[in-house]
Amino acid sequence: MSKLTDLSITEALAGLAAKKFSAVELAAAHITAVEKTRPLKALVTETPEIARKQAKESDARRAQGSAGALDGIPFAIKDLFCTKGVRTTASSKILENFVPTYESTVTQKLFDAGIVMLGKACNDEFGFGTANVNTPYGPVISPWSGTDPGAANRKLVPGGSSGGSAAIVAARAAMAATGTDTGGSSRQPASFTGIVGMKPTYGRCSRWGIIAFASSLDQAGLLTRSVADMALTLREMSGFDPKDSTSADKPVPDFTQAIGQSAKGLRIGIPKEYRVAGMNADIDGTWRKGEAMLKAAGAEIVEISLPHTKYALPVYYIIAPAEASSNLARYDGVRYGLRVPGESLSDMYANTRAAGFTKEARRRILVGTYVLSAGYYDAYYLKAQKVRRLIRNDFDEALKKCDALLAPIAPSTAFAIGEKQDDPVQMYLEDIYTVSLNLAGLPGIAVPVGLGSDGLPIGLQLIGRAFDESTLFRAASALEKEASFTHKPPFTA
Amino acid sequence: MSIDAKTVAKIAHLARIKVPEAEHQQLTGELGKILDWIAQLNEVDTSKVEPLANCNDEFLRWREDKVTDGGKVDDILANAPAKTAGFFTVPKVIE
Repeated sequence: MSKLTDLSITEALAGLAAKKFSAVELAAAHITAVEKTRPLKALVTETPEIARKQAKESDARRAQGSAGALDGIPFAIKDLFCTKGVRTTASSKILENFVPTYESTVTQKLFDAGIVMLGKACNDEFGFGTANVNTPYGPVISPWSGTDPGAANRKLVPGGSSGGSAAIVAARAAMAATGTDTGGSSRQPASFTGIVGMKPTYGRCSRWGIIAFASSLDQAGLLTRSVADMALTLREMSGFDPKDSTSADKPVPDFTQAIGQSAKGLRIGIPKEYRVAGMNADIDGTWRKGEAMLKAAGAEIVEISLPHTKYALPVYYIIAPAEASSNLARYDGVRYGLRVPGESLSDMYANTRAAGFTKEARRRILVGTYVLSAGYYDAYYLKAQKVRRLIRNDFDEALKKCDALLAPIAPSTAFAIGEKQDDPVQMYLEDIYTVSLNLAGLPGIAVPVGLGSDGLPIGLQLIGRAFDESTLFRAASALEKEASFTHKPPFTA
Repeated sequence: MSIDAKTVAKIAHLARIKVPEAEHQQLTGELGKILDWIAQLNEVDTSKVEPLANCNDEFLRWREDKVTDGGKVDDILANAPAKTAGFFTVPKVIE
């Protein structure tokens, strides 16, 4: 039998059901794996005692015949999800000692389904980043190193903001991890680390208890090692929640039914504006390969147009910082988190926020404050909201002509820690293919398709209609089958 | 439409973030660059477009106006940096 830590969730559930191993044994293997992968700095907080206790309870449930859909499966939880009684930092110094007194809806649903929590995964502070370097607890290191000369001595980023989640799943130390996705934070790290990442439709999962970044864009995300594992886990964490007014009161289909269904008859759109001059040859090549794979699986390929594509990034970098500056106003040193004394109350606020936030968080708060300030609101924020509607209209039109879109995720493969950090705009350009669907509220799934000439993974994303994740899973499972990506990172537990 | 150091100082005050004098110049450059880059939106004609605040507008719903939660003073104060007698405490604001 293969190592317990190499199993997919589907395989592990079968093994548990057949009594080949217990949840306690599965947890023990993963706790050891977490210890081995410590050099990656993927977890901010490890919770081995909780994992052992939950695994024991899982075995008891299974013995009684009352096991849940994910009973005994070892997970990491992104540190933006509040976990009752377990320190939740948002990977920020300002919440260094924050211990929530309540559980996020998504983690509660996963615990109800029986998952075992290994720890809290590192991210870019509050989700602000695409490399998992913007945090005092990192930088998180990718388990991949590639084949370029000197690659073995070069530390690569795992992507971000769900970098810890991606690194720990890719390194085979957790079977899945929650992420979040405000502008690509689950899909881009999945692509960089050769795993599956997903952003469901806005409103599909409750945002209650997820530490807010940009409320009109934030959605729970997920990282797994197969499309089938993704379908099963997403089904368990989705659903209406009265505590989140933006969660949708719609039935959750059994996404697992879509797995293995033929892609015959599906129409897949290729957005022509995404193919730009000077595009990285490996990314373009993988995209063309993905197109051919879906065609081979029976899908029809159609070219579509998203005319406002080039404006998605500037729209995002107005709306996201504006909403972030508003959401992060709550960190004032009064009710929770860090407090740095000052001569006056106002001084205390300013000292606390200067000491508690990273440079990138401060920069985004300042940009957000500026675009919302008197005299500039109409020119920036309102303008961005208007262009946002045009971007959504583009997708509405495109998705009348096809069932899903196939697109790249990141402009390159993973880069080294320290690169692209001098210029914020250059780092923002990393998000060029990912932010549009957040602005449009649509679901997207990242599937690993191949390796670049540097030996590093490249994924592609499928983008679907709102609340039609089932079609996405159908297309993604066909793409996964054709691509049969079986590469593993050189560093695994 | 670049910004100057005075504007940076003003927004830092509005955002209640202390920015040391020494960082003003660098920050002015960085923020100016970001703002210049996002100014390309001015190319788009939006004279007949309604703003889109959120993609869930079609399913926002009403609920009954009643209290559904509360009585959790200890929970709410559990992470407070300073508290006394069931309240958050802050530095003195009146003489």
